[in-house]
Amino acid sequence: MNTGLINNVVCFEGVSVRFGAVSALDNLNLELRGGELSALLGPNGAGKTTALRLLLGLTRPSQGTVRVLGGDPRRSEARRGVGAMLQDISLPPNLSVLELLRLYAALYPAPLSVNRALELSGLSDQATSRASRLSGGQQRRLSFALAVIGNPELLLLDEPTVAMDVQGRAAFWHGIAELRSGGCTVLLTTHLLEEVDRAADRVIVLSRGVIVADAAPGSVRARVGLSRVRFSSRLDAAHWHTITLPGDVLEGGPAGQFSIRTRQPEALVRAALDLDPALSDLEVSRASLEDAFLSLTGPDQAPTGALA
Amino acid sequence: MTTLASPFTSALRPFVALARTELLRLLRNRALLVPALLLPIIFFSLWGLPNARYTLGGVNAGRYMLVSYAAYSLISTALFGFGVAVAAERASGWWRQLQITPAPPALIFGAKITASLVMGLLSVLALCLFAGLVGHIWLGAADLGGVLLRLLPGMVPFALLGLTLGLLAPPDAAGGVANLVALPMLFASGIFVPLDTAPDFIRSLAPYLPAYHFGQLGWTAIGAKPAGAEWTHWVWLAGYAAVFLLTSLWAARRSEMRR
Repeated sequence: MNTGLINNVVCFEGVSVRFGAVSALDNLNLELRGGELSALLGPNGAGKTTALRLLLGLTRPSQGTVRVLGGDPRRSEARRGVGAMLQDISLPPNLSVLELLRLYAALYPAPLSVNRALELSGLSDQATSRASRLSGGQQRRLSFALAVIGNPELLLLDEPTVAMDVQGRAAFWHGIAELRSGGCTVLLTTHLLEEVDRAADRVIVLSRGVIVADAAPGSVRARVGLSRVRFSSRLDAAHWHTITLPGDVLEGGPAGQFSIRTRQPEALVRAALDLDPALSDLEVSRASLEDAFLSLTGPDQAPTGALA
Repeated sequence: MTTLASPFTSALRPFVALARTELLRLLRNRALLVPALLLPIIFFSLWGLPNARYTLGGVNAGRYMLVSYAAYSLISTALFGFGVAVAAERASGWWRQLQITPAPPALIFGAKITASLVMGLLSVLALCLFAGLVGHIWLGAADLGGVLLRLLPGMVPFALLGLTLGLLAPPDAAGGVANLVALPMLFASGIFVPLDTAPDFIRSLAPYLPAYHFGQLGWTAIGAKPAGAEWTHWVWLAGYAAVFLLTSLWAARRSEMRR
């Protein structure tokens, strides 16, 4: 189905998008190869949604060129091989799941069967329900079903698992795995870094419209080279600040629990035990993708609430 | 052969699916369906039936006003079932959801227009059935065919006017704005009340309004005294269609830039 897995499915060449004085993307260069699952990460306002909108032809670049499956995404032909799941979509209230899927199947040249799309999204039991009667998570699954029914070569997903419950998420990732076994290329944005760590081949971190990291999740973590040292102590934060090195980040938890992100865990642990021989619950771990992400995008713009 | 046939057949399937879906949505939208079916019948009962024994424009006034309210029904379907509906969809995100599919915008619009035409046809048939069964005023197949043949294509400028208003007005105000434009225009064109009873300044204004020429096409189709040659009405409507096409393209670009 996919002709040439080596070919670039997506190509941004020197793309900038400006909204008045605000620059949403600044000279973005990015290529996605066939079959990859890439995650686009970044704090709110980093340019993730703008990048997806460019790929769907909904936004015009102020500068540079965007190619999708070799074509200009603003032309409707280029969208034949693209499926997408956007945020803030309200589906027409007076149509059923089945009617919507049948409509979408007719819009693509070589669609999946309606039953297959229901199966991939885990919506088989809701086929005859009106879209408005679905729960929030089920509406997201319907949105996913509409994204995949065209049998896309490229799947673009903006925060796909938001509002999904645990089963919904499991069904979603199962569906993604099946599509990928058919060679589908996936680009998604998410705030759930745990999922990315597990599923993505490649992590692209955007900050203020610029790519600050682009690698496999493991090597993004490794390149940041961070560890996290956790312990409990009766001393207060002012004491602990005296032993941190430049670049280390100290966070005080409740009831005398501390956590320090550092590049030199060995030196830090030695100094910590010297400072408070009574310290307890010592734990040293490799930084999570979330830690790496926070370090890359800088503490001044890290979305505190969003990184659940 | 195949090279000629394939673009057509590849557009036919999505077109039929889109038109079918849009019609289904119109028919299930009670807030739209009830006024579209009932208001022409109510107006006809209030003004058409009591005047059925008089003569208007050289034909029976009942038949004349049956055509008037059929014209009203088609104009409001074009304005509200199409233009204002597009505005509501722009607000809800459904329009964007369709925009990201391979269906070209022209095909989506074409399907919506087709669905509005079918909807208009249904409301005219309901009105004619009412007039025949209750008022014993039957248009007859030939006259009805002549009216529909002229009025269905004549809906185009009104659909484009509704689209312009829908794109320019804030989504929740689009319905009100369209009413504000439609009601005075319908009164001043002789659609609601015959122009013979209207004040002079309205009578001199009417020939510049699209709804007037729309009405003329309908009335002359059942043998009413013509006001000018038929082609002049078509030229006026085509001119308005061209103007409203340009304004809706401009409004579409404007709303895209705002997003």
